[in-house]
Amino acid sequence: MAHAAGPGTRPDDLDIEALERQLHSPRLPRFATPALGTVGIALAALLYLGLGQGLAVSIVVGWLVFVVGLFVMSRLVEGSRKSRDRLATSLVTSAFVVALLPLASLLWQVISKGAPVVSSTFLSASMRNVVGEGGGIYHAIFGTLLVTGMATVLSVPIGLLTAIYLVEYGTGRLSRSITFLVDVMTGIPSIVAGLFAYALFAIFFGEGVRMGLGGAVALSVLMIPLVVRSGEEILKLVPADLREASYALGVPKWRTIAKIVLPTALAGIVTGVTIATARVIGETAPLLIICGSTDSTNFNLFGGRIMTLPVYIYGQYKNPGIPPEFSVDRAWGAAFVLTVIVMLLSLIARLVSHFFSPKKA
Amino acid sequence: MAKSIEVSDLNIYYGSFLAVEGVTLPIAARSVTALIGPSGCGKSTFLRSLNRMHEVIPGARVTGKIIIDGRDLYDSDVDPVEVRRNIGMVFQRPNPFPTMTISENVIAGVRLNGKRISKPDAAELVERSLRGANLWEEVKDRLNKPGGSLSGGQQQRLCIARAIAVEPQVLLMDEPCSALDPISTSAVEDLIHELKENYTIAIVTHNMQQASRVSDTTAFFNIAGVGSPGRLIEYGTTTKMFSNPDNPATEAYISGRFG
Repeated sequence: MAHAAGPGTRPDDLDIEALERQLHSPRLPRFATPALGTVGIALAALLYLGLGQGLAVSIVVGWLVFVVGLFVMSRLVEGSRKSRDRLATSLVTSAFVVALLPLASLLWQVISKGAPVVSSTFLSASMRNVVGEGGGIYHAIFGTLLVTGMATVLSVPIGLLTAIYLVEYGTGRLSRSITFLVDVMTGIPSIVAGLFAYALFAIFFGEGVRMGLGGAVALSVLMIPLVVRSGEEILKLVPADLREASYALGVPKWRTIAKIVLPTALAGIVTGVTIATARVIGETAPLLIICGSTDSTNFNLFGGRIMTLPVYIYGQYKNPGIPPEFSVDRAWGAAFVLTVIVMLLSLIARLVSHFFSPKKA
Repeated sequence: MAKSIEVSDLNIYYGSFLAVEGVTLPIAARSVTALIGPSGCGKSTFLRSLNRMHEVIPGARVTGKIIIDGRDLYDSDVDPVEVRRNIGMVFQRPNPFPTMTISENVIAGVRLNGKRISKPDAAELVERSLRGANLWEEVKDRLNKPGGSLSGGQQQRLCIARAIAVEPQVLLMDEPCSALDPISTSAVEDLIHELKENYTIAIVTHNMQQASRVSDTTAFFNIAGVGSPGRLIEYGTTTKMFSNPDNPATEAYISGRFG
């Protein structure tokens, strides 16, 4: 190598070929990964269909052949760094697929068994005087919407104001203890929340009370910590620059929070609230205790039993009539509708965060 | 409407840490005072104490006197919100409100303070402030676009327009050009020259040429070492400070020889 080559002189004996080899190392052809994947799948199919091996064994063998084969081929052709990269990529991708499988299979189950059940009668009839075939979830849909809606109405102001206190005002022991209690509340089993609401309402209305409002209270016990947590994280993301810019204009702190911090964080807050709502809408245990179960439509949150979708599903599955098929079908139909509602909520959250987030360019 | 400021024996603390010690400095009305010095010497902290922005940080406090208009800013009956309405501030990084349009940003100081302002008055104020900040010609056709859609230099001038829209008596600028290219910097400097007619301006800058170009008075801050408080070394007219300073440390810093 020419160490003495000064500026302007051409380093004649610089090994251009060695440099080329360094920069252009050989690569596996682009079709290597899909080709090897096909080989793996074909092998698994052969083992399962042709040689009568178990399904799990066949899949594992096919997968191993793909992962190890790709690693070895890459090691031989491309060298050790690239081969390790390929190994890590296939492991991470496999983990992703494994994580996705239960979700996909769950959705498939719910859709294939639930969607055919849904009809206009199913959506517009209650279970009043229904034995065997027929009936629907009208009363449960409205019960769920009312109870969850009320829970949201109760939780959002409390949760959001707590989050504002923690981020904007809280210092010292009080804020630390609130944070600790919120963390504890996040872990409360939902059945305990139901028992709490029951005990609370039993004080005022006597033992055996069943009331939609109680269900809303139980759900908001579960929902408040979620709202506080997400609100806190979002408010912390609002740059301190913006608060200072507002203070420097002579704007008082409460106005800065109301007019600058909250609008800037609005999209995140709404997303957090929607996700918290979606999270509690499927709760069964607390509603079973405090809302009870009924076959009739009840729009009154303040009086009497009120049906909700999760409790409906539980009831139809637990106490099917004879023959049981109609009940089980109705349970799947209700499960499908509940899943659709949750998905709609997630969709709304995405739309809101798309349309409300601060505009750029 | 411009007011002069008399600072005497000012000590500034972060909790128990003394960040700036014993500053006595007059800031003349209708002039530009440049604060220069190495990083960490307390220029920005000093500037932030002039409109009580310093105390926004938990544990931060101040002793000493800052007299403006015959009253001490730190008297117990003085409302910091009122102080900030009279002493505006422009920050190092442009920070327009992301949820607002360009014109909403300009009148933010009026609207956020809950004052009612009629549409024609608002339009007039927007135009006057944006003209004052040399930005009107560039944005007059897109006043309803979000403030974040402007370039960095335009955003900074938008922030200046926002600050002068509330008609403060004093304007504090904390390295307003450090994130800007030379053309935008020149635009902001021209603006400072014009604003001097009506405002008292204090500007922190790391750019010696900028200090010598825009300021009438220069104050040099320095720090003895890490952990020791920043001090005001000397102040005087910019001409004198840059040609014949009294203190050798000032000369060393200005001419680029340190220590």
